Amino acid sequence: MDKKYGAYICTGCGIGDALDIEALTGAASEHGMEAKTHEALCSAAGREMIEADKSEGVNTFIVCACSRRVMQDEFNFGDDTITVRGNIREQAAWCKEQPTEAKSQETIDEYTNEMGADYVRIACVQAKKTELPEPYKLETTSREILVMGGGLAGLTAAREASKAGYKVTLVEKADVLGGKALGWVKMFPTKAPYEDLEEPTIGALVAEVEGDANITVKTATEVARISGSPGDFNATLKAAGTDSEWDAPFKVGVDTQDKIDKGQMEDPNANFKHYMADNPDGLKIGSVILATGWVPADVSEYEHLGYTDNDKVVTNAEFEKMAKEGKLAGVNSVAFVMSPGGEEHDQDFPYANSVTSMVALKQAKYVRENNADAKAYVLYQHMRTPGNMEMFYKGIQQDDGIFFTKATVTKVEAAGAGCTVTAKDTLLGEDLDLDVDLVVLAAGMVPTTKTAATINLAYRQGPGFLDLDLFDGYADSHFICFPYETRRTGVYTCGGVRKAMPMDEAVDDATGAALKAIQALESADRGVAVHPRSGDLTYPEFFMQRCTQCKRCTEECPFGAIDDDEKGTPKPNPTRCRRCGTCMGACPERIIGFKDYNVDMIGSMIKAVEVPDDDEDKLRILALVCENDAMPALDMAAMRKHSLNSLIRFIPVRCLGSVNMSWIKDAMSSGMDGAILLGCKYGDDYQCHFVKGSEIANKRMDNIGETLGQLGLEPERCAMKQIAITDYDTVPAILDEFVEEILALGPNPFKGF
Amino acid sequence: MSEQIANGAVLVVGGGISGLTAALEAAEVGKDVFLIEKKPSMGGRVAQLNQYFPKLCPPSCGLEINFKRIKDNRKIRMYTMTEVKSVSGSAGSYEVTCVTSPRYVNNNCTGCDACTEVCVEERDDDFNFGMGKTKAIYRPHEMSFPMKYVLDKNACSADTLDKIKAACKYDAIDTDMEAKEFTVNVDSIIWATGWNPYDPTKLDNLKYNESNAIITNMEMERLAAPNGPTAGKILRPGDDKEPESFAFVQCAGSRDENHLEYCSYICCMASMKQITYIRERYPEAPIYVFYIDLRTPGKYEKFREKLMSDPNTHFIKGKVADIIPESDGVTVVAENAVTGEKVQQKVDMAVLATGMEPAIKSQAAGLGLDIDSNGFVVSNPATGMISAGCAKKAADVVTSAQSATAAALKAIQAGK
Repeated sequence: MDKKYGAYICTGCGIGDALDIEALTGAASEHGMEAKTHEALCSAAGREMIEADKSEGVNTFIVCACSRRVMQDEFNFGDDTITVRGNIREQAAWCKEQPTEAKSQETIDEYTNEMGADYVRIACVQAKKTELPEPYKLETTSREILVMGGGLAGLTAAREASKAGYKVTLVEKADVLGGKALGWVKMFPTKAPYEDLEEPTIGALVAEVEGDANITVKTATEVARISGSPGDFNATLKAAGTDSEWDAPFKVGVDTQDKIDKGQMEDPNANFKHYMADNPDGLKIGSVILATGWVPADVSEYEHLGYTDNDKVVTNAEFEKMAKEGKLAGVNSVAFVMSPGGEEHDQDFPYANSVTSMVALKQAKYVRENNADAKAYVLYQHMRTPGNMEMFYKGIQQDDGIFFTKATVTKVEAAGAGCTVTAKDTLLGEDLDLDVDLVVLAAGMVPTTKTAATINLAYRQGPGFLDLDLFDGYADSHFICFPYETRRTGVYTCGGVRKAMPMDEAVDDATGAALKAIQALESADRGVAVHPRSGDLTYPEFFMQRCTQCKRCTEECPFGAIDDDEKGTPKPNPTRCRRCGTCMGACPERIIGFKDYNVDMIGSMIKAVEVPDDDEDKLRILALVCENDAMPALDMAAMRKHSLNSLIRFIPVRCLGSVNMSWIKDAMSSGMDGAILLGCKYGDDYQCHFVKGSEIANKRMDNIGETLGQLGLEPERCAMKQIAITDYDTVPAILDEFVEEILALGPNPFKGF
Repeated sequence: MSEQIANGAVLVVGGGISGLTAALEAAEVGKDVFLIEKKPSMGGRVAQLNQYFPKLCPPSCGLEINFKRIKDNRKIRMYTMTEVKSVSGSAGSYEVTCVTSPRYVNNNCTGCDACTEVCVEERDDDFNFGMGKTKAIYRPHEMSFPMKYVLDKNACSADTLDKIKAACKYDAIDTDMEAKEFTVNVDSIIWATGWNPYDPTKLDNLKYNESNAIITNMEMERLAAPNGPTAGKILRPGDDKEPESFAFVQCAGSRDENHLEYCSYICCMASMKQITYIRERYPEAPIYVFYIDLRTPGKYEKFREKLMSDPNTHFIKGKVADIIPESDGVTVVAENAVTGEKVQQKVDMAVLATGMEPAIKSQAAGLGLDIDSNGFVVSNPATGMISAGCAKKAADVVTSAQSATAAALKAIQAGK
């Protein structure tokens, strides 16, 4: 696009009162822009003025007004145009300091005008450096969905995707479809009044899926590996339980490869095809739903419960099987033990997640239905029947052969043909020695992803999901707000692999996963990003001629989007990419960039800041600000009429992970005196929308400190702070404190060179 | 006025986390979406929360992403202060009449705040459950989206209205604005109408109305929020005392056939989270939690274990029988179910863990919705009437997001 620029400065919302507009237009003309002013650019009249310029051929609009978080529609002049926003309202006019003894009104006016003028300069440079995005298009997009796992969740996901008009291949390792639900005698109630157990519907679901022309069912089959990327995955299937040269290779990192090359260790992937090999016989698919479910937890570690050496102690899964097979004859009393902690703790079995409470209710009913004289005892620390399941609990309580008590179960011992259960702290006012025929332990449901890669991706970063220990092994990456997001784009999980959940929730969950899988392949087809930068048309482009094969981008991408070839040259997979720019931040050669966001652009914007080289009071500090949380917090600080330090120049970034350390050097070499990064919380409870961005930035900042030291600059000139979106009242002081530290260090000694 | 007919569109009723999720997930597949919200800003209940459990992160962070997704997506047409008046038609072809109440502030509003500076009258701050006031022209809260002001005309004198009009340089104040009716033609409707806190005044024995020392859990969220009525300080309403002791009264209304027979799903974890709010501000204050069961399953167990190791936090299994208002605080009366002891605990502040009641309950019949005996909307994808989130059942944010995503697919299928 041949760019023709138009620059506009709004004087409304107090901007005209707080800032010297002439100084701002002057700043624009330094960059060859004759800025027009208007008292309300967002008003109909203001926009008409801009539209008039558009009809004269202007296609790149520099709107210096409010924050880009607001008035987005008002300043959108069409898909074939570019709008760049300079934030002179929230970040200059509205956060103006109050006069103090140290700073007169005159000084403040002068400082604030310099802020405003810098934001105009920054916007002008940004406009020059930005280009219209062109979406990345796959040659062909597969609209077929692969569902892994033929249990309740997988079957539901397949059926629901099919109902929306998509083809599905459903892979199940067992010989028949149905999964765990095949073994259920009854199901929890799913509809009001939520009192009665329901007959299993799994048979009907299996029949529906098997009769669906959109769904190809492959039983006794497993996924050896999945290569490729959303819209263009290539899945290699194999007979269940067999080995294949197409099995997903293990991760071989830089260090491991080094050892292999030196003959210090065997190549773990010697028997497998290279991870980048393309299987011509593979199945082309657009996205993947992982519904490989759960396995019953091992309960042998709880020695006091006697599971290992007492055959009258069984797990809930085993009891269900007994009931299903009609082996409850002679079972006249059963104790259900919900919590294994004895006197140590009152938690349920791990991976129980309230499902086991409901299972105990269901199974207590089996005991009673099998034998009208039988007794069931439910021994719990906390009965967990959330939501409507409370009515189920209440209904079961009406059965006078089922006894409930809170109890601290301290021991289960063999006694005669059965067991004695010893418990304390009951609601009966006394300790309990209960003689029963059978003890059922409420064992949890361990996700298949806890112990195996499961998804079997042929990715440079390895076959499995990353960092699942943060989620107890469940396939998750953003617990709470965005439950479907995993660390692998185009792969969505549902059912027991994500959380121990009852049937009705699993059905909802699988339906939602089907939606996400459809969305992923449609987004790939349109060439747009998925969550969280949904709809973003840009993608990272690599200038390979200058690549040194350092592999940092492939290692650091939080989403495993970048593979590499034998030489180590990166192979980006744009449809796996979430557009955070972590690769761009990682690249020491600065060869990765987006059309509207790249190393040169931000570097040039930093250099556009006017740095006085002869005024010791007018230090300049760069703040690179995460646009997701820290930026709104700064906007909000200004709206709450807080002052923001006028020595700082804020530049928003997509994620701190995208911050290339060359920008810090750019700032220092142009005479700025300090640099601060403001981003999201990292660590176990990370809030970074791109999972690793702020954490990686923090590591890079440690290194940049060293680099500065080598240049003779104090490492303290650079810092990173974690700012939540709600920190709007505290962020001004955090910034002031940093500025004070820089003031104490004095000006950058290289200023003016 | 009539919106142009969008073939295969879906109407999402409710702009809380479930409605936002359903609208966005459907639109990001390519579906046309009408999203209506009865309040002046989006975000629903979660916008009122200080933090989410168990990460203790601010909900406004997740909302900000969703708002950005809405701004970036032209498939979504969003209407605030708008409710459904009537629904006609049948599966695959509904005509829905919606009514938008007057905001008295038009789209010219720039959010500059000049109006509030000249406005002397105030109104009860409903976002903060009446704790505190806002100006009669106001934004519902700091992070409100859209960032437009609202005028409560009834709270203003004629003189103030004139001053507000004069102060607005952008001609954004329109005191003659009237309720606007419009119809949309859609093939399905997602009801994501959310929940209301159960009315604590219905719980006679808990004396909510008789003491300023008794608050609800949602009020606690606002008291702990940095943009709340006490700027996050947790002071007792009425006398602004810094409470020295606290009680949590679990199942205030829930699991009780005289009130809400179901379990409200979130209150146990909400109270656990609120204990952390208190601990941050009052590290030593004794806290007493009266409960029937602690429903903190799965990954929440670790969170609870940490709190229970605090020697100043006491957990008593026992349903609260009575709260006795005192001159300074209240006495909470309960029986310890394990020891049989009667407990009388004097505290400075009692927090009622009130449950959730489906918000659409009273209007459901008039809109032709199928509801269960508790007022939750029964989802019926075959008729294109789909429910999501807490309109469907009591749920937490994660489960609501799941169900809303599922609802989006059901809406897409309905258009096939």
